Amino acid sequence: MKARIAAAPYLLWAALFIIIPMGLVGWYAITDMDGNLTLDNFSASMRFAPVIGSSVWLAIIATGICLVIAYPLAYMISRKSGIGQRTLILLVMLPMWMNFLLRTYAWMTLLENNGVINRLLGMIGLGPYEMINTPGAVVLGMVYNYLPFMILPLYSVMTKIEPLLIEAATDLGCSPWETMKRVILPLSLPGIATGITMVFVPSVSTFVISVMLGGGSFMLIGDLIEMQFLGNAYNPHLGAALSLVLMAILLLCMVITDMFSNPEEKEGLLL
Amino acid sequence: MDNNMFRRLTALFCTILLLAASGSAAFADSFEFDRDNLPYTDDWDAYSYDEEYYSQLAGQGASINFYNWGEYISDGSDDLVDVIAEFEALTDIKVYYTNFATNEELYAKLKSGAASYDVIVPSDYMVARMIKEEMLAPLDYSNIPNVRYMNPAFMDPNYDPGSVYSLPYAWNTVGIIYNTSMVDEEPDSWSVLWDEQYAGQILMFNNSRDAFGVTLKYLGYSLNTEDPAQMREAAELLKEQKPLVQAYVMDQIFDKMENNEAAIATYYSGDALLIDNDNIAIAIPKEGTNKFVDACCIPAVAKNKLGAEMFINFLNEPPIAAQNTEYVGYGTANLAAYCLLDEEVRNDPILYPPQEILDNSEMYINLSDEANLMLDQLWTEVKASNKNILTWGILPVMTIAAIVIGKRQYRKNREKRHKYMIED
Amino acid sequence: MTKKQNSFTSNLYIFIVMAFMYLPILVMIIYSFNDSKSRGAWAGFTTKWYADLLQNESILTALWNTLIVAVISSVVATLLGTAAAVGIQAMKKRNRELIMNFTYLPVMSPEIVMGVSLMLLFVMFGVDFSLFTVIVAHITFNVPYVILSVLPKLRQMDKYLFEAAMDLGCTPLQAFMKVMLPEIMPGIISGFLIAFTFSLDDFNISYFVSGERAQTLPVLIYSMTRKRVSPEINALSAIIFVVVLTVLIITNLNDVRKEKQLQKGGRRG
Repeated sequence: MKARIAAAPYLLWAALFIIIPMGLVGWYAITDMDGNLTLDNFSASMRFAPVIGSSVWLAIIATGICLVIAYPLAYMISRKSGIGQRTLILLVMLPMWMNFLLRTYAWMTLLENNGVINRLLGMIGLGPYEMINTPGAVVLGMVYNYLPFMILPLYSVMTKIEPLLIEAATDLGCSPWETMKRVILPLSLPGIATGITMVFVPSVSTFVISVMLGGGSFMLIGDLIEMQFLGNAYNPHLGAALSLVLMAILLLCMVITDMFSNPEEKEGLLL
Repeated sequence: MDNNMFRRLTALFCTILLLAASGSAAFADSFEFDRDNLPYTDDWDAYSYDEEYYSQLAGQGASINFYNWGEYISDGSDDLVDVIAEFEALTDIKVYYTNFATNEELYAKLKSGAASYDVIVPSDYMVARMIKEEMLAPLDYSNIPNVRYMNPAFMDPNYDPGSVYSLPYAWNTVGIIYNTSMVDEEPDSWSVLWDEQYAGQILMFNNSRDAFGVTLKYLGYSLNTEDPAQMREAAELLKEQKPLVQAYVMDQIFDKMENNEAAIATYYSGDALLIDNDNIAIAIPKEGTNKFVDACCIPAVAKNKLGAEMFINFLNEPPIAAQNTEYVGYGTANLAAYCLLDEEVRNDPILYPPQEILDNSEMYINLSDEANLMLDQLWTEVKASNKNILTWGILPVMTIAAIVIGKRQYRKNREKRHKYMIED
Repeated sequence: MTKKQNSFTSNLYIFIVMAFMYLPILVMIIYSFNDSKSRGAWAGFTTKWYADLLQNESILTALWNTLIVAVISSVVATLLGTAAAVGIQAMKKRNRELIMNFTYLPVMSPEIVMGVSLMLLFVMFGVDFSLFTVIVAHITFNVPYVILSVLPKLRQMDKYLFEAAMDLGCTPLQAFMKVMLPEIMPGIISGFLIAFTFSLDDFNISYFVSGERAQTLPVLIYSMTRKRVSPEINALSAIIFVVVLTVLIITNLNDVRKEKQLQKGGRRG
């Protein structure tokens, strides 16, 4: 069959705009400003281990909080009636259609020292609390922006769980807790894995949320990369090396989550 | 023909002016000029643009890319002229206007090749760096007749000998902008930036040169030191300051200071006038500060050099320059525009600081490549020094991770045993 | 715990999470009517920010750019991706897996790395940054999503259907158009919608490849937040929110109606 040829334009495209650019990043990472081969960029990136560490750390916390919030929510939504489910899922998706910069900006208005929350708290005699420009605010921004990415895959695995299965478990004498542990949780593992990847990847690599909500004081690896390319310390070679380090971290993360999921199921859940 | 003649004459005039200016190079960075005997006292009401000159590119769909600092050109608010719209209407050249926040950002954008601009407005030291790295095109003064209005004190500066590549746009100093309702005493020293009392109330420069500049001044060193020990000392001090800093920002200070979000901000003095808050004041510390000139330049990669030169010329039309200065809130290097300003503005100590402040301040010069590299590295280190981020989360996360992995391992082993059993 | 209590707690929980998600949006909408430039106190009702917004040329241009980029890039990505999916499905297992791994690369790699790598590519080949570079970048990150949504439909399809069509005298093109296309259409449409949405919303990649003349709306919004912020930005959010809400409600109502009709039809039949 000649159907294989249909993939040729895509392969050409991928070679030009995925493979070659990645190769360029690799090339930049192992050369210096004068074009000589060097490994200095990698040793220089290691100096930023604390930044890399804190990016991973904040992303882990954000992912964890997302999971804790989204799991019960997805379950509850999946047990609603047809129209209820549809409406709620639409409500979950709607904010995703608004640009995340606008939503993050909205949080600035809320969290500022003289922002809406502190004003409201002030009315009942509390505060003001210092909320913006803290690591907590950065995590909040990540949770807020990427929560739907956790809810949606979880919801899509949970709708596939037969209500009869749960009923059967209850009939066989499982307490709600045991039903959760023995039936629902194992069946939703692939959704958890997808959700974790989909929240962790953008969280660990963001370079805007930390600037807007962290006041530029909590630098993440994304900021560091952006800074080397278009920011205040021009050095694309170091930036390229840092990009590779970031890719390596994500690869590691994926290997870990892959332990929990079956690759064929993942494909459908991503979308 | 007439036009040609006129241009040749102006070119001649400019050469004379430049020659005259270059005769007094020491004069050039002192910003000193005779404020009492103003040369341009004529009535500008009947002023009209040189239509023929400005219509050179009309009807050709010409355009230029203008890359400028934020809040740095009169945009039609406060009943002042909308400079870009006026220029577009006059010349039929479309202006694509975008903003940068720091010199370093401008440099990165140009150097990376990710952009082609026609007019940019770098500061003095960045002009010098760009000249050195051959990133700028020489200005053709026969296309910028309004150079005749420039203040000779600002021509032929050290950063661009002979004013070959740059024409000053505005000048100002760095100062401490503070909110009088939150700060009791006028801060007279940079030390206030390290004052525990204002923890969480300080907005700091978000660019390497200015952040290091104020720190070096506080330490009593030169802004332009290349001594690694001194630079490192400044970096350590900046790291020490980090817990006190609310945010590292540039133009965001307008919003934040306006809304009483912070007590103290390091920024460019003239911008204090643009902040819409009655409690805002400005202080120039006794240790001295930085004085700077931002200048219009044309990058070597510019696609429409003539259009760019027309734009630079238009910026220096005296009535335009005067209104623009009023909006921008910095000092103007256009003498005719200066003469047009109200007496009150001319005597404003923030816009046109008294000589003793200027004498006590220093201009940036472009550092050597090694020093620039070191500065970038130190600045990245300062920005990257995060401490104690949400340590409370470590215990729960570790516990959960341990449980999940442990359980998994346990189950795997069990399955394996099971398998063996079946196989056996 | 009775069932009633249970559903009460679950409703309460859903309400709280929704409140968390919509609170910031609500605040922005309220502030878009605030008659004060600063974000501080309420200073009276006004619609002037909406008027200003509609006259703000740079925002309108950016909006236009965003739409052009989204339409072109999602259409091209859909064509490219559908063809690729058909081709990949016809490959041997080993090649297929190899190619799928490359396909996952842009989906799984952080956007900033992709933006940076494309920036290096365009600079390397001296391509001027323009709408063209933005469109190319968007196609690149969109194609994999189309492939991933078309492939499962292809897999579900009866593979003998295509052969049967050929045996009955169809040319391969005819067989594709008449037999295969209707089968995989839902996958193509959802792929297209995903591509279109991602393209509209993308900031991280556009930021690195949009030049000074081709700013998309997200890139412009970013530069707005770095300056003195005009309340126009609130008005913009409010408008976007209302538009998205309307579109979603209309499509949803449509779906519900179709389903009802189907049910009715089913009952009658």
